[in-house]
Amino acid sequence: MAVLRALALTLTVALAVVLQVAAFGYFSYQGVVPNLALLVVVAAALVRGPDFAAALGFAAGLAIDLAPPADHVTGRWALALVVVGYLAGRMRHDSGSSAVSVVLTVAAASFVGTSVFALSGLLLGDPALPATEALAVIPVAVVYDVILTPFILPLAMRLFRRFAPHQVAY
Amino acid sequence: MRSRRPSRAPSGAQRPSRAVLVLLVLACLTLITLDARGGEDSPLNPARSVVGDFFGPIESATAAVVRPVVAVPEFFTTTGDLRSDVARLQAENSSLRAELETTSVVRNRAAELDGLLATSSSTGYALVPARVVAMGPAQAFSRTVTIDAGTSSGVDADMTVLNNDGLVGRVLRADRTTATVLLAVDRESVVGGRLGSSMEIGFVRGGGQMGDRARLDLELVDNSVTPGRGDVLVTWGSRGGSPYVAGVPIGSITRVTTSRANLSRQAEVEPYVNFTSLDLVGVVVDPGTVSDRTLVRADPATVDGER
Repeated sequence: MAVLRALALTLTVALAVVLQVAAFGYFSYQGVVPNLALLVVVAAALVRGPDFAAALGFAAGLAIDLAPPADHVTGRWALALVVVGYLAGRMRHDSGSSAVSVVLTVAAASFVGTSVFALSGLLLGDPALPATEALAVIPVAVVYDVILTPFILPLAMRLFRRFAPHQVAY
Repeated sequence: MRSRRPSRAPSGAQRPSRAVLVLLVLACLTLITLDARGGEDSPLNPARSVVGDFFGPIESATAAVVRPVVAVPEFFTTTGDLRSDVARLQAENSSLRAELETTSVVRNRAAELDGLLATSSSTGYALVPARVVAMGPAQAFSRTVTIDAGTSSGVDADMTVLNNDGLVGRVLRADRTTATVLLAVDRESVVGGRLGSSMEIGFVRGGGQMGDRARLDLELVDNSVTPGRGDVLVTWGSRGGSPYVAGVPIGSITRVTTSRANLSRQAEVEPYVNFTSLDLVGVVVDPGTVSDRTLVRADPATVDGER
């Protein structure tokens, strides 16, 4: 069962990373595509909590960093998604799990994730990026992620519930 | 709140441990340091090529599935739309034909130049046809795409990539079945450009934007030259045709500005290639390359004729 769970998680993350670059490129707005991996990490955070989501965020971010069209310093998306997973997991405890709070969590996560990635790029000078461009891209990314939330999040959350390890009731 | 659904959340999630977070963040920082310090021969390059070999074929397959689905809306174009398309294309065709006739002088000079450059060794270029299977998101702030041809097709790093409109970019890294291409609009991309009218050379840098705002910036070596609006820019080529071969059209000048500070003239170039809708591209290889797909061979003269 543990092997099956790990396999399902790997498949989900790989699917998100591949669709993000290979399928959504056709539906990009000014080059911005929805960050499916980030949505999957937020779904994991809402169902399983910050620790699990941070670990999953690390794996998903590393996949984005290393999979083909990427050409930035490895570890930048991993760092961004670890932070996103942890923060989204903490937000779950503070807010309930209504639809509104899920959408708010996604919006906040998308903003934080893209910002952390852009900031790490500014620090490393990789690439030499003016802040104005980052500011133009981040709102579009947030809006696109929120638009996809009703389609992706329920599906991903059901999946993570299904593959959660069984708990002893007490 | 914790007592509301005790059976669903695992006990580990109830009390998030800082240790896990600290460990993961440290792991990220280590990776970033290793990769950033390593530069060209980063210790993570083997990992990159392993992951590339894994994801590359999957991306190719996904793109092959998605492509027909994306084309579905085109089935529903009406006759009126098609008629207006025909009218527009006819107008465009005649204006292009007129342009072609007036630029014949320039083309002759370009042909002479090509001849000079070609005397070195090569007798012409061959193209490896490839399709774009994945596009890097704008959120990554670097403009790269994946193509479905890799080292098994004869594609290697630092090769020119073009399509029927003009220069697309150069190959950054090639895995077995896929390769990553740095687009000419990327901020890190610098291409040597030559003005069609005056043969003056300059450097073309990417503007970093995609879509309608895609722009390149030209900085001429000779400050006394003023490029004209609509002037055509082609690559001037590098030694041995790597990373850029000579004579590939890049774009046309749309705006010229003079900065008083450093006395150099900046010109804005509109690229011929539409970078958001890239599909079929060609990678320029040596004609004798061993490849697992059919090379598109071209006699330099016919290439000039068709351009």
